[in-house]
Amino acid sequence: MRIDEHPILGTFDKGKKVQFTFDGRVMEGFEGEPVAVALRSNGVLVHRYTTRRNEPRGVFCAIGRCTDCIMVVDDVPNVRTCVEPLKEGMVIHTQVGKGPEMSE
Amino acid sequence: MRRCEMVSIGAGPAGLAGAIEAARNGVEVVAFDENERPGGQLFKQIHKFFGSSVHQAGVRGFNIGNSLLDEARKLGVEVSLKSVVLGIYENNVMNVMIRDKIEQVKAERILVATGASENMIPFPGWTLPGVIGAGAAQTMANLHGIRPGKRLLMVGSGNVGVVVAYQMLQAGCEVAAVIDAAPKIGGYGVHAAKVARHGVPFLMSHTMKGAHGKEKVEKATIIQVDEKWKPIPGTEKSFDVDTICIAVGLNPMNKLVRMSGCKTVYVPVLGGLIPAHNPNQETSIPGVYVAGDVSGIEEASTAIIEGRIAGLAIANSLDYLDEGPFIEQRNQQFQNMEGLRSGSHGDARSKAKEYLNAVMKG
Repeated sequence: MRIDEHPILGTFDKGKKVQFTFDGRVMEGFEGEPVAVALRSNGVLVHRYTTRRNEPRGVFCAIGRCTDCIMVVDDVPNVRTCVEPLKEGMVIHTQVGKGPEMSE
Repeated sequence: MRRCEMVSIGAGPAGLAGAIEAARNGVEVVAFDENERPGGQLFKQIHKFFGSSVHQAGVRGFNIGNSLLDEARKLGVEVSLKSVVLGIYENNVMNVMIRDKIEQVKAERILVATGASENMIPFPGWTLPGVIGAGAAQTMANLHGIRPGKRLLMVGSGNVGVVVAYQMLQAGCEVAAVIDAAPKIGGYGVHAAKVARHGVPFLMSHTMKGAHGKEKVEKATIIQVDEKWKPIPGTEKSFDVDTICIAVGLNPMNKLVRMSGCKTVYVPVLGGLIPAHNPNQETSIPGVYVAGDVSGIEEASTAIIEGRIAGLAIANSLDYLDEGPFIEQRNQQFQNMEGLRSGSHGDARSKAKEYLNAVMKG
């Protein structure tokens, strides 16, 4: 999925490689890139299932507008993964419905 | 409450250009942008721009973005990122969420340059992962260096459709076809021809019938439409694709500016509900200006010029720029604009802008 060499842009300076988990699986991505990009590079397209019909949803606008790509990130539900920068050790889960209740 | 002379809402091409012209004349400017990075959508425009040298023709979008940012920084424009303007209230007071805190800001002049969002067409299966906006495809490939998919279908043959289709080829994706319900290609011939030379078929008078797949897109079905855009049964075609890009136009992001109470007009040729504005880009609310896509869907190059006009007018209205040089500089920008609003598409936009000005006069 990643573009190694682009005819106009050359190579992408991505910085440091970091590990994170997605539904318990250990994956790799680059620090600071959107969580959604790191997931896509690992073949993950389904980010959540809807509340009423349990339908799969993924990235749609990729600029933080549509909120279709929300997931549970480090126990926080409804995080827009297309604009959330990836950090080392992030724990990411597929969101089901509105996600888990947050404790105070 | 924080007070400042001018606030630009949005640090894209229009907002930055406005901030630059005002700051150049001595106005203290803060530009709020909700994103992590400034520049709006310019940094995913890797194609060369059109026009003449004054429009920076031949320069790629992201380089125009970098030069605007450099200029703004040199002139002391404060660019406040991750800052969402939540509302515009009476007397030019705004609530701004800066990271996790809400701050009240009052500005003598506000330039609303919030840009546009993408139009969508719903069809069975359109919510499946793999159906994305054309802008999303650009963001993934050109900003983050990742292909949205292996093989994709482009829906819409306007400028965005043909430019992004070509950019997907550059990114190493296969483009199965470009389709459009209209009988003719909407985008510039130069871009469409580049896509066609790669052997990508253009299927005109075709629309989406459905996207299929269990967890994500595996197949797309299209159908031919008649001259009244009604689907013709029996003309379905299917493509094995993992991605469907929707490029069916943009609409102005007008929600924020409408909170100011400004007059608006529905103008289809400009993409929807547009705040009426005069040639200085000022709305019916004194001190509130608009520029770029929010004041009518056009291009980055026209957005920059509108931003510059608004910035000059703001500097003039705050007594930083005398009437003589203001008129002279503004007329220069009007002249630059003329070149971009020519041809059949340009003429229609030009007329629509005159209409908006007429509405202002009542």
